[in-house]
Amino acid sequence: MNNVRNKKRANKSLPFFFKDEFKVSFIIVFISIILLISTFSFDIVPPILNRGIQPATFPKALLIFIISLTLIIYYLSIKNPWKIGNKLPKTFFLTLLSFLIFVIISKTLDFFLAISVLSLFVSYNWGERRIFYLLLVSIIFPILVFIFFETILGLRFPPGIITNLYYY
Amino acid sequence: MLTPLFSSKLLIVLLFGTLFGLILGVLPGLGPTTGGALILPFTMTLDPLSAIVLLTSIYCAGTYGGAITAVLINTPGTPAAAATCLDGYPLAQKGEAGRALGMATVSSTVGGIFSVIILVFFAPLLAKLAYEFGQPEYFALAIFGLTMLSSIGEGSPIKNLIAGAFGILISTIGKDFMTSIDRFTYGINELSVGIGFIPVVVGLFAISEMLTQSTLLDQVFKRVALKAVKLPTKDDYKKTWKTILRSSGIGSFIGVLPAEGGTVASLIGYSEAKRFSKNPEEFGKGSIEGIAGAEAANNAATGGAMVPTLALGIPGSATTAVILTGLIIHGVRPGPDLFREQPDFLYGIFGAMLIANVLFFIFGFFGAKVFARITLVPNKILWPMIFAVSVCGTYSLSQSIIDVWIMLFFGVLGFFMRRFGFSVVPVIIGLILGELVEGTLRQSLVIFDGNWLMFLTRPIALTFFILSLIALAFPLLRSKKQKK
Repeated sequence: MNNVRNKKRANKSLPFFFKDEFKVSFIIVFISIILLISTFSFDIVPPILNRGIQPATFPKALLIFIISLTLIIYYLSIKNPWKIGNKLPKTFFLTLLSFLIFVIISKTLDFFLAISVLSLFVSYNWGERRIFYLLLVSIIFPILVFIFFETILGLRFPPGIITNLYYY
Repeated sequence: MLTPLFSSKLLIVLLFGTLFGLILGVLPGLGPTTGGALILPFTMTLDPLSAIVLLTSIYCAGTYGGAITAVLINTPGTPAAAATCLDGYPLAQKGEAGRALGMATVSSTVGGIFSVIILVFFAPLLAKLAYEFGQPEYFALAIFGLTMLSSIGEGSPIKNLIAGAFGILISTIGKDFMTSIDRFTYGINELSVGIGFIPVVVGLFAISEMLTQSTLLDQVFKRVALKAVKLPTKDDYKKTWKTILRSSGIGSFIGVLPAEGGTVASLIGYSEAKRFSKNPEEFGKGSIEGIAGAEAANNAATGGAMVPTLALGIPGSATTAVILTGLIIHGVRPGPDLFREQPDFLYGIFGAMLIANVLFFIFGFFGAKVFARITLVPNKILWPMIFAVSVCGTYSLSQSIIDVWIMLFFGVLGFFMRRFGFSVVPVIIGLILGELVEGTLRQSLVIFDGNWLMFLTRPIALTFFILSLIALAFPLLRSKKQKK
């Protein structure tokens, strides 16, 4: 609670463009405008085939709606700042990094290796130091999951350096 | 009603669903919505009835399971159990954890069964009414469902509307269903079929929760000792029977309203219990009526929320949005036709919910002590495992690695949405209702020859538009009243 209050106080003293409310609203409006511009490149249906409205009209209306509401929440936040939790800890960024590592390994090496590496990375960074539990989450459990999906659900996983050992 | 369930396979599914739901409900951060999302890909191996029986039993048991953690560690296992903490934990601290859990179990079961009865009677009536609906009425109904998002329990009304609109926007990605023109695909072939429900649902619920848990690692739970769950005494029943019945009614009613759910129901059930109580001063200090009021209401919302889900295809809560996703991916389109064409299927669901309520009573009564131990599983072991299951489950649906990346994207997005006060539930509801909203709007405009004012000439549609305005105005009026 104190952290929230401190954050609110700290937030008030910042110039407007450093405030979370501005940053979030700006990102939403910016992305919405880019999407809105891209709707102008949608194909136009000839009147004879068109039923009701053009395919771009509905997304356009939605994006304008989102932009308008975002401007309203930003305006309201000037009087009543948002309650945002305390600073994100290191473990959050490490977990986020593990997702990136997962994407890279699953794309280049192996899907299951990526799961094992992520599990080990997350478990270790979240404070697990016992070897047995690290092995459990990074090797034993992914193998059980693989067996379950492969044999019971009949799923074929993407090829990779470890998965190929099983398939070939 | 129970005949469709007399097969060993369905009974095993029901048993598993109830046990799994209880485990999910007990674990803070999981709950029936995230758990339902996690198990959704696995249901593809089941027939539609088994799949929905599994999801509904998880829903019923998971909603109750939240009470165990609320009473024993003062942390609601599910958001719907937040009001149970207020009196459950103080009573447990007085050495009466067994009595608190006994009352939570009994009132949850009564609330749950009451709401199934409401479901059995009201869902067919609502479905019959829906026969009168044409495209304009369905459009107005979907708008009403979306505007109800503004008064959903968590998040500010405007932020919820933005999230709902974002959900609808996601549903427009891919080929336009009326003209086959690509929208927001940017030349990526995989996007032309649109974005699947499962990667979004798993990402927004499970992966975003994993990121949330990564910020809460220093949280320490203190568990109150529990010897055994005790059935309420005669005196307790005397004190609470009116509260249980009232909260069951409130919960069922709140559940029926589109997009509302157990969380809102339990808060209203609790506050009404306090208002009608002869001893309101005991509330917050371990009142048995407080536990009964909150628990009967949140479990009664389960059956209530299934009414619009099955009869109209409009989710009554976050978990029913997941169940609705399950129905859609199994090729079952909820609505009046479902009641006419597949009554056995529906009665199977009704029966499953009834049995799930009885089963969680038995499991809760005899196994609460064991379930409470599950909270001791450390997050550093639990969440990497959940990640492995989420990734494989999402991949399994269309065997596409792109789906896994979409899941991760929505996981990160969901985390930041929640951090900045945007609820993720409206995104799912918007995604589910998106096609209905756009499709019915465009077809209505064809019928009306492009004249928008014609919507106002249809009485049912007009009623829904008026209700939508009320739904939008309600949170504003409520906040003004609170300020006063």
